[in-house]
Amino acid sequence: MSDQNVRLAPPLLWVILLPAMVLLLSACATGMPTTQVRGTGDLGVVIERADGRVQIVETSGRSVLARVPGLGDLSHASVVFSRDARHAYVFGRDGGLTKVDLLSASVVGRVMQAGNAIGGAISQDGRIVVAQNYAPGGIKAFDADTLELLADVPAEYGTEGKRSKVVGLADLPGNRFAYALFDADEIRVTDLSDPTHPTTQRYAAGRQPYDGLVTPDGRHYIAGLFGEDGLAMLDLWQPEQGVRKILAGYGMGAEPLPVYKMPHLRGWAVAGGRAYLPAIGRHEVLVVDTRSWQEVARIPVKSQPVFVMARPDGREVWVNFAFPDNGWVQVIDTLDQSVVDTLQPGRAILHMEFAPKGETVWLSARDDNRVVVYDTATRKPLGSFDSASPSGIFFTSRAMRTGF
Amino acid sequence: MKVPPLLAHVWVLIVAASAAAFASAAEPDVLRSRELVHLVRQDCGSCHGLTLAGGLGPALTPDALADKPADGLVATVMGGRPGTPMPPFRGIVSEGEAQWIVEQLMRGFPADGGPALVGSAN
Repeated sequence: MSDQNVRLAPPLLWVILLPAMVLLLSACATGMPTTQVRGTGDLGVVIERADGRVQIVETSGRSVLARVPGLGDLSHASVVFSRDARHAYVFGRDGGLTKVDLLSASVVGRVMQAGNAIGGAISQDGRIVVAQNYAPGGIKAFDADTLELLADVPAEYGTEGKRSKVVGLADLPGNRFAYALFDADEIRVTDLSDPTHPTTQRYAAGRQPYDGLVTPDGRHYIAGLFGEDGLAMLDLWQPEQGVRKILAGYGMGAEPLPVYKMPHLRGWAVAGGRAYLPAIGRHEVLVVDTRSWQEVARIPVKSQPVFVMARPDGREVWVNFAFPDNGWVQVIDTLDQSVVDTLQPGRAILHMEFAPKGETVWLSARDDNRVVVYDTATRKPLGSFDSASPSGIFFTSRAMRTGF
Repeated sequence: MKVPPLLAHVWVLIVAASAAAFASAAEPDVLRSRELVHLVRQDCGSCHGLTLAGGLGPALTPDALADKPADGLVATVMGGRPGTPMPPFRGIVSEGEAQWIVEQLMRGFPADGGPALVGSAN
């Protein structure tokens, strides 16, 4: 081998290559806290409610990757994800909105946007994050990159400028958002397609809406009503038709049982052309056909249902319950609409989240300070990990779903 | 007739002690008070907030409760408030425990010491 065969790069190329090499070498040498190169499709967030902290978890190896503190009062918290599933937006009870980078496990943005907040949503195009607030009642829109305030839409009602608590915020196609007003008995739809000039439509809903959901296709918005037996449904393809009551009179005049925790509604209620909805003040899951909106069945369950969640394939629906029966979980078979299993996964099961394709379900056992992972095929625990007073569990697969 | 000073003192002491007993609820035992604090912080907290600063339900902080009569608050805990989401807790707590809870709320509620110990009476 002769020296002539050794060819050096042209000087111009070295000008680029050398600094790059130096940079890379120095990065290796100093152990720079590099952002790990990995996907985010199997990541998620667990709320440690009493400590204002989240755990970043991954569902492939079922492990905790990191903890991120400093998120304020998370006694009621919810999370939406950026459309690239890299960032989690965490909405805290105290009005804090925190943007967490799941890969670097760090807070990259935080604003205190209200006195008392209940959750939020992200727009269809991923550019707008919207918070729903109890005090001052209304919704606020933020730039998803910078968390700069874009719009403040007060939930005013009546003639004296009163403001209602806002519940059930859901993103709709067209950068619109649907929500309900607990104190004003209304559903509203705010169009944020021009975020600095929001427009809002109002619909009479029924007494005391407590939460809402949009069906996975973005067509129907349903608000659960605390103050009457029935739910309010708005066809967003034909909103001029107004709200239609569904499952009206499900209590059949019976005195409602006490409700120690409000149920939570989301698009997970819909499976196989049916919606599975918690009754209020009755220990039942109500089943309604999503074409005709007629009642299909009422399934007696152990207590007041809180989360009624279809496994992603829709074959089963898992249900947890309000205090004092929050140690129980029941599984409903969606072919014959009956309870096929009753489980006791731990003390104070506050929330459940299915892995994206549903092979496992993760349950937060608040009073055991553990998250328990169940195999949905065998309905047996696969394992668990420590988590301080865990509540909500949120996987990044939500980033791709309307209404999450 | 003149009451002997010593007897007068004893009498005053007895009256004061029984007044205090009436005014303040019987203290639940250590295990039960831990359970009650956990119940209020966590489960009442799902509507009133873990810090009791309010949520769907109103704030239960000493400031917010300052002008409310304790009797009415105890009645609300026991019987709920019809027409609102506030449910009755009769059957879950006793009248005396509700009084104790209201007293604690009005003076600033204790921090949560965790759930009931496993194996303790529920």
